[in-house]
Amino acid sequence: MNKKETEKKEITAFNSGDTVQVFVQIQEGGKTRIQRFQGTVIKKRGEGISQTFTVRKVTQGIGIERIFPLNSPTLEKIKVIKRGKTRRAKLYYLRARKGKKAKVKEAR
Amino acid sequence: MIGLIGKKKNMTQIFADDGTVIPVTIVEANPCVVTQVKTEEKDGYSAIQLGFGKKRKISMALKGHIKKGKLESVESIFEFRVSNPENYKVGQLLDVEIFTEGELIDVSGFSKGKGFQGVVKRHGFSGGPKTHGSTSHRVPGSVGASATPGRVVKGKKLPGRMGGERITVKNLKIVRVEKNNDLVAVKGAIPGSRNGIVILRKIASKEKKR
Repeated sequence: MNKKETEKKEITAFNSGDTVQVFVQIQEGGKTRIQRFQGTVIKKRGEGISQTFTVRKVTQGIGIERIFPLNSPTLEKIKVIKRGKTRRAKLYYLRARKGKKAKVKEAR
Repeated sequence: MIGLIGKKKNMTQIFADDGTVIPVTIVEANPCVVTQVKTEEKDGYSAIQLGFGKKRKISMALKGHIKKGKLESVESIFEFRVSNPENYKVGQLLDVEIFTEGELIDVSGFSKGKGFQGVVKRHGFSGGPKTHGSTSHRVPGSVGASATPGRVVKGKKLPGRMGGERITVKNLKIVRVEKNNDLVAVKGAIPGSRNGIVILRKIASKEKKR
């Protein structure tokens, strides 16, 4: 429809449970650089241009979740590192788990 | 001030270059035709009248009126007050190019009818307590004093018909103008239902400066 900037970038299809690396442009003191964020996709929501997804990772025992708009121009690319096998679409249960239990089974 | 008549379409979002999400309403503003030019000498005030859209059946009187603009049918007609009516001619086409991206405009529309509503929804009253033995959940409470004045003051906010009235939202930013599809993306929400007629109007002070 009314979108000029929705040319598809290097976005491979991914799902909840997949381990992904997200490459985002960030502005820092007038310069732009690319930041990587690696973690498990715990949620995908929305449709059309307003789709977003949430990536969760645990650093030094602290859970960090970041929500990315899928069609954002600052999103450079998404690399799928591992495919996960899940029984549900929203993996909120991972928030309550620690260590080995907070892992998603790998898809074969 | 000069503006356009359009049809409200869906709401969506547009990304700014830095990734900021801007919520927008898409307005389809097909070219409008000037159907009449009103001047100070002839009509007592200066304005232009614009016709928009098409309709299957229109009255003969309206048909005769829009004939000068070489139009056969028109869905709606609105007047826009302008200070320079001599710049416009009957039959002239106005399209989305009168707007520029980043400009602020006023948008008028006919709000969605909500029917007969109570004071909590209609006027934003807070209502009474929900529990602790209270039975006055969504009631308006006291509507006035006793023997003096002995009546309810005029204009007291009470339940009644809500919505279905003309509402103007001021200072909305134009995020994008698409000439090819006759689309305008206005930041934020605008009154009315989808496919409802809305009026996009340039802001008065801006036109004066030019």
